[in-house]
Amino acid sequence: MSLQNMDQLNAVHFDVLREIGNIGQGNAASSLSQMLSQTIDISVPTVKLLDFNESVEYLGGPENVVLGMLVGLKGDINGMMLYVLQKNFANSMLNAVFGKEINDLTELDEMDISFVQEIGNILAGSYVNAISSLTGLTIDISVPTISIDMAGAILAVPAVEFAQIGNSVLFIDDSFIFGSSPTGGDSSEIKSNMILVPELSSLETLFSRLGIEV
Amino acid sequence: MVNIGIADLNVVKSPEVLATYALGSCIGICLYDAELKIAGLAHIMLPWSKDAGAAADNMRRYADTGITELIQKMVAMGAKKYRLTAKIAGGAQMFSTNSAVFNIGERNIEAVKKVLGTYNIPIIAEETGLNFGRTVFFYSEDGIMEVKAATRPTKRV
Repeated sequence: MSLQNMDQLNAVHFDVLREIGNIGQGNAASSLSQMLSQTIDISVPTVKLLDFNESVEYLGGPENVVLGMLVGLKGDINGMMLYVLQKNFANSMLNAVFGKEINDLTELDEMDISFVQEIGNILAGSYVNAISSLTGLTIDISVPTISIDMAGAILAVPAVEFAQIGNSVLFIDDSFIFGSSPTGGDSSEIKSNMILVPELSSLETLFSRLGIEV
Repeated sequence: MVNIGIADLNVVKSPEVLATYALGSCIGICLYDAELKIAGLAHIMLPWSKDAGAAADNMRRYADTGITELIQKMVAMGAKKYRLTAKIAGGAQMFSTNSAVFNIGERNIEAVKKVLGTYNIPIIAEETGLNFGRTVFFYSEDGIMEVKAATRPTKRV
C-alpha cells in the first residue's frame, strides 16, 4: 500500500511525527536557550491534522496578522515546512535579546526580521536534524523566507501544495516555556506552529526507514 | 454579508454584500451585471482543472471551472452574459523564491484573464500581483470592489 493522501496517516504515524518533534524541539530549546541566555523548557509537541478552514481558525482567523516562515526541504525528503509564528512568539524572542516590545508584527524592522529568520533556521534545522539522526536520511534546508501578513493568505501557500495530496494540513506545534526560574519567577509559554508539507513519497521513505508500514 | 470561503463561490442580488478574506496567491473574481445588480464572487486557488491531482473533487478550486460555474449561476438568476464585467484581486506571491510553486499567483492571474477572455467578459478593475494578502468586499448595489490589506490603505475600485 502507498500513501494517497494525508488523511491516511494513523495513530502510529502520528506518534512517530510527535517523537521526531520532541527530539527536534529539545534541540531547538537548547540552541535558543544559548542564543537568548535564558532558561527554556519544553512540553510535549502537538501533532494534528486539520482541514483548511479549521487551520485558519486555529491560527487566529483569516485576517490575523502572523509571521510566516517558509523553508524548503530537499534531498531524501522533499517538501516544505511553514512556520506560523504569532506576535507573542516574536515578542518573547525580541524581548530577550533587544529588550524590545512590539504591538504589531508589522512593526518589525529589517534587523528584527533577520533575527527571527535566524530563529527559524534553528527551529527548522532542529526538526530536520531530528529526522536525520533517527533515520540516517540526508535533508537540506533552504534559507527561510519570511512573510508578515494575513494568516489566510499565508496558509494558502501550503494549501496550493496539499490541494494535490488531500485536504488536510499537518501541524507539528512546539511549545517553549520561557523564563522559568528556580525561584518561581514569571514564566510564559509560547508556541510555534509548524506545517509540514512533505511529498507523499518522502513521507513513505521516512516511515519505511523506521520500519513502519504506511 | 455573504462569506465566500477558499475554493468557493456565490451569487447575490442588491443590496447584499459578498466578502472573501485573505487572498494570497488565490484570486477573487467579482462579476457584475450592472442592469440587474446581480453580483457574483469566486475565490479560486489554482489555474486549470485539467492539472487537478488526487483531490479533483472540488471544481470551484480552479480558475476555468470556477469561473464557468459562477457565470452559469448568475445567468440562472437572470443576468445576461454579454452584460457581465469583471473585477479581480489577489494573485500575490507571499514568499520570495524562484520555485514554480511560488509563482502560482502569477499563473492564477494568467489563467483567470484567459478564461474571462474566452467568455468576452472585460476586466474593468484589477488589484493583483505583488506580495501581500488582500480581503475583498464586493457591493452588489454599485459593483464596487473594496480591497483591504494588512499594511496598506484600503482601495475602492
